Amino acid sequence: MTAATTPAGRLLALGRAEATLLRRNRTAMFMALALPLVLVGTLRSVLNAAAEHTPGLDVNANMVVGAMGVVLLIVVYCNLTSAYTARRSDLVLKRLRTGEATDTEILLGTAVPSIGLALTQCLLLGVGGALLLDLPAPMNPLLLLAGLALTAALLTALAAVSSAVTKTVETAGITTLPLLLVAQLGSGLMVPLESLPDSVANVCRLLPTTPALQLLRIGWFGTDGSGPAENFAGTWGQAATPLLLAVAWTAVAAWAARRWFRWEPRR
Amino acid sequence: MTDTSRPRPAVEARGLHRRYGPSGAAGFEAVRGLDLTVAPGELFALLGTNGAGKTSTMEVLEGLAAPTAGEVRVLGLDPARDRAALRPRIGIMLQEGGFPGELTVAETGRCWSGLTTDSRTVDEALDLVGLLPRRSVRVKQLSGGERRRLDLAMALLGRPEVLFLDEPSTGLDPEARASVWRLIRELRAAGTTVLLTTHYLEEAEELADRLAIMHGGRVVAGGTVDEVLADHPARIGFELPERSGPHAALDLPSLPGAEPTIDGRRITLRTTDLQGTLTELLGWAARHRVPLGRLDARSASLEEAFLAIAASDAATTPQIGRAA
Repeated sequence: MTAATTPAGRLLALGRAEATLLRRNRTAMFMALALPLVLVGTLRSVLNAAAEHTPGLDVNANMVVGAMGVVLLIVVYCNLTSAYTARRSDLVLKRLRTGEATDTEILLGTAVPSIGLALTQCLLLGVGGALLLDLPAPMNPLLLLAGLALTAALLTALAAVSSAVTKTVETAGITTLPLLLVAQLGSGLMVPLESLPDSVANVCRLLPTTPALQLLRIGWFGTDGSGPAENFAGTWGQAATPLLLAVAWTAVAAWAARRWFRWEPRR
Repeated sequence: MTDTSRPRPAVEARGLHRRYGPSGAAGFEAVRGLDLTVAPGELFALLGTNGAGKTSTMEVLEGLAAPTAGEVRVLGLDPARDRAALRPRIGIMLQEGGFPGELTVAETGRCWSGLTTDSRTVDEALDLVGLLPRRSVRVKQLSGGERRRLDLAMALLGRPEVLFLDEPSTGLDPEARASVWRLIRELRAAGTTVLLTTHYLEEAEELADRLAIMHGGRVVAGGTVDEVLADHPARIGFELPERSGPHAALDLPSLPGAEPTIDGRRITLRTTDLQGTLTELLGWAARHRVPLGRLDARSASLEEAFLAIAASDAATTPQIGRAA
């Protein structure tokens, strides 16, 4: 017998439907699947030049972590901004609110497949990097996982905020651009922060997406590139500030999403 | 515990206001002091022209929007604050569906079944609305009427105690409309409270135990169909022949209970006893061999009542439909 629904059951139901939709969205699937391959090819040359600025991190390390960050940005942030906007303009979100799922469950359930896909790709990048590029085993796996989880949570909330100012799926490419550029250029994905002037780098370390992405570097390689690698215990000290900042930014983004998210199109 | 002598209303609204935008001229007040009571097991129709405030009212009753002022209770609960407790007991069909076009009918059903306490099976719900043969079709390929029926099926998954239907038969062909009406009657017979909006007067006349006519954000007439019609007399219209002259009305017999209006040769009689007045009139015409031109007798209908109410406010154009 079916009984009362549970939060997990409702997330599963929403996630399964959304996964089917994602699978049938050729553009999103192509972007999501082709992206990591393209990135690994192009990032390498960009990062070759930058490697001399980041003691403790070589080209391959920068490349794999950078690729993870870009995958999370495109697959979670861009994809979800479009998905939230599409579901809103089709009145799917409004209809879902007539059911038993809570508002948070509706947003999370919609995000489940995108987050799942992005994390799977990060896993593949990580395993591929370790096997093919001879990268070391993660120094602090807990920090690495925390970095992935916080990045996914932050980008989900930011996607909800971005979709609040996105009227149609067609304009999602424009509304996601500012954060996409800021994150790629200012969060050390393409250009290591250490290659920038100190004052600029310090500002960049405060950007919304930087702290969570720094945790990936520190967790895996024991350093964010500003100094030699630490051991497991040492990484906690280095990670304290980015960890706090990442949690704070995620909380702010979640609050903004609750405050500004729109459940139906403007009349 | 509920007081058995006077059952708690299934839906109740007191002094409901709903405003869009800022206060003052920049905003718009769609609902202006609405009172509504729907008894358990009752089928209640909310009628009105487009823009009368029906959907704005429904959204508040459904808990999708908070009222600007006033009290709302559904099954004794606050639909916005007690959303989690109330949702498993009610079913909602919005005016426009909201199902992703790329999912099939069955996939849509599976998702909604996972969001519904004690859900019927998907096939059972689809069968209720006659959509079972279309279960593998993508939603975007459904006709407008089929989409409405899918929407209804999803609202029925949880065997709701109270069912909110916002224009359930709009866009349906006559056959589908008849089967939806039959389904709604069956649900009501099984004890479901149904609150529906419609601008098909025939639909309210066919289905509703009680109805309310909304106009300009307020309920302007309400009660059973008979009660609403009682305030709106039947009408007999005819033309007297030329030779009867300008004082034609003087030739008319005295018709008790009928009130004549004279416009040249055209006479309109308003009466609460259509048959009696008509018998008298036809008898008089036969005795005096008076031909009654363009004779037309109409019993009071919701349409008449509706037009009279809409005409009371010339600023809004009534848009009424007739079920085909």
